[in-house]
Amino acid sequence: MTEKENERNVVIPGEVIASGDDYLPGEGTEKRNKEIVSLIFGLAEEAGKLIKVIPLSGVYEPRRGNVIIGRVENLTFNGWIINISSSVGGFLSLMEVPRYINKDDLAEVMDIGDMVVAKVWSVKRKGIDLTLKSKGLGKLEDGMIIQINSKKVPRVIGKEGSMVSMIKDETKCNITVGQNGLIWISGDKIEDELLAKDAIMFVAQRSFVHGLTDKVKEWFEDKKGERK
Amino acid sequence: METSNLTINRIKEFLKEGKRFDGRKPEEFREIIIETGISKKAEGSARVKVGNTEVMVGIKMDVGEPYTDSPNEGNMMVTAELTPMSSDRFESGPPKIESIELARIIDRGIRESKMINFRELCIKEGEKVWTVFIDIYTINDDGNLLDAAGIAALAALKNARIPKYNDEEGKTIYGEWTNQNVPLNSSILSFTFHKVGNEFILDPNREEEDASEARITVALSEDGIHALQKGDSKELNIDEFNKIIDLAEKNFKELSHKIQKQLK
Amino acid sequence: MTTFKRPDGRKIDETREMEAKVGVIPNADGSAMFRFGDTIAIAAVYGPKEMHPQHQQNPEKGVLRCTYNMLSFSVTERIRPGPSRRSSEISKITEWALSPVVMIDNFPNTVVDVHINIIQANASTRCAGINAAALALAHAGIPMKDLVSSVSIGKLDKQLVVDLIKEEEDWEEGEGATDIPITMTSNGEKLTHIQLDGKISGKQLKEAVELARKATKNIYEIQKKALKESLEKKE
Repeated sequence: MTEKENERNVVIPGEVIASGDDYLPGEGTEKRNKEIVSLIFGLAEEAGKLIKVIPLSGVYEPRRGNVIIGRVENLTFNGWIINISSSVGGFLSLMEVPRYINKDDLAEVMDIGDMVVAKVWSVKRKGIDLTLKSKGLGKLEDGMIIQINSKKVPRVIGKEGSMVSMIKDETKCNITVGQNGLIWISGDKIEDELLAKDAIMFVAQRSFVHGLTDKVKEWFEDKKGERK
Repeated sequence: METSNLTINRIKEFLKEGKRFDGRKPEEFREIIIETGISKKAEGSARVKVGNTEVMVGIKMDVGEPYTDSPNEGNMMVTAELTPMSSDRFESGPPKIESIELARIIDRGIRESKMINFRELCIKEGEKVWTVFIDIYTINDDGNLLDAAGIAALAALKNARIPKYNDEEGKTIYGEWTNQNVPLNSSILSFTFHKVGNEFILDPNREEEDASEARITVALSEDGIHALQKGDSKELNIDEFNKIIDLAEKNFKELSHKIQKQLK
Repeated sequence: MTTFKRPDGRKIDETREMEAKVGVIPNADGSAMFRFGDTIAIAAVYGPKEMHPQHQQNPEKGVLRCTYNMLSFSVTERIRPGPSRRSSEISKITEWALSPVVMIDNFPNTVVDVHINIIQANASTRCAGINAAALALAHAGIPMKDLVSSVSIGKLDKQLVVDLIKEEEDWEEGEGATDIPITMTSNGEKLTHIQLDGKISGKQLKEAVELARKATKNIYEIQKKALKESLEKKE
């Protein structure tokens, strides 16, 4: 599919996507009389009679079960205040750590400036509650953190994780992609981590393009050629 | 979000090998793009991009009384705004110390190098002189706003013309210009060296700036070093300081040449 | 019948050459530039994000906060840097011009900051600012019912014209100049902002609004193109 054909799908707020009684307004749209109108800047998609718009940008909206990466901003008497790069803040209670922690030992477990992988446990108006009670969660050591817009995360992960798996294989790095757009990369060599970073940014900048997996494969071939 | 300590550690590790994430050498600047005349209403103006960092500077002039200690000289005033538009780290409101420091460092560089020929900006001794206003606005902060502002101020000044002045009525005719350029003696450039770990780099991007623990700005012209300022909390060794002075003088020739080429 | 002569030779319903671009400020969540001839505005959007200080938070919905500012060198007579009464008023007007279409009810306790800076001014600066702001909000992924488009309609003596330049704002012949900045939604059905300075009959005012309708439709096409074209660059 060419870039021009892609353009047909790009819609902006207030733009009419389809007209007709049987169309149903999905996410990112609203029905006005008989018209399905986009409410965001994004890519319009039709699934049968349901029309939705996939956002290209926007703030991260936490959902229960999301794995995110955050930064410890402060310590309270019973937990850690975590910046999850959203419009709401996060809180990790010391009760949500999978081992017993004394109130006085909080800073030893995680201190201000530490990065942590956590899961969203509950989403409330005033903030979200996080937990570490699951496999693969905890304070991050080593490696580096990069940040992309949260709406690009699905592309970076790929269908059933195919895109991020390819990047992991090609760069021999551990990669954890937070749903909030923060990504942790850890490899044996910094050059490998930077290659993974560049690959992820390549994908994130082309999140609306079709045939991206092939393009990324090609990109890796070029990079390997350059390294020789 | 602030650059994480993890990334900062990586930046320092890589620098120990003399390498930077974007492939640059430690004293290498990002691509510099200069555009002058961005506001036709200004006496002079410029927009400078250093990598993704963008700064705009405008020159405006007005006639007023000279300072009592320099009755036959024009004068200047430098202001700077770290605009909230350029970064989520800057807030609206009265100037904070960072913007005051930036304005004052740029001011001292220009003043001490005698870059502007203030004598030629005197209209009538003791009564009327030109004031040169240099207003700096940041547009996007990806590190090294200071050096970018310095380049923009230089470009804007080189591009600036003196407005028409009606001597009889004693009024500046705004919007009309003479063919006279603002009289300049020399060109001043500033370099801010940042200490990251134990290494020194020039032109850090925002991540690298977050990793920086001490900085020293050196402002030079062909005639020598005119202004110097060390900032941030960590200390410098004497040998480190000496090394920086050498690097500043060496890099001045190269960078000055690059910039002069773009200004033609 | 004599045709009215505008100082720059434009037709009475002709806007100046317009240009729009998004993504001009990489750090911002959304950003845009909008130009009417010599008048250039840039806008940056940050948010929705937690609103500080807490006492300004609205627990029921997000808050839209606009700041309009003119760079000191955007005009021939230097503007002292910092807020002025005029810029504070235009900031509020801009907020009111955008609020009806911005949908931030689902983001309580947050703020969406819109920063507008005028780089070069030749009248219609608030309109250019609103156009840039609307683009920047869409670019930032903020849900909106519609874009809004803004233009200044003027009455020079007795003649209505579209998109005033400074020379026209300062018109002295006959009845002088009446300045009417107007902002509308893309379907031309809703007014989100209108101001008036001068002297005009009710009948002509209604005509002015009709002229604005047509002009804002063109402006909307330019805004739409800027958003869509922003995706074209990568292969």
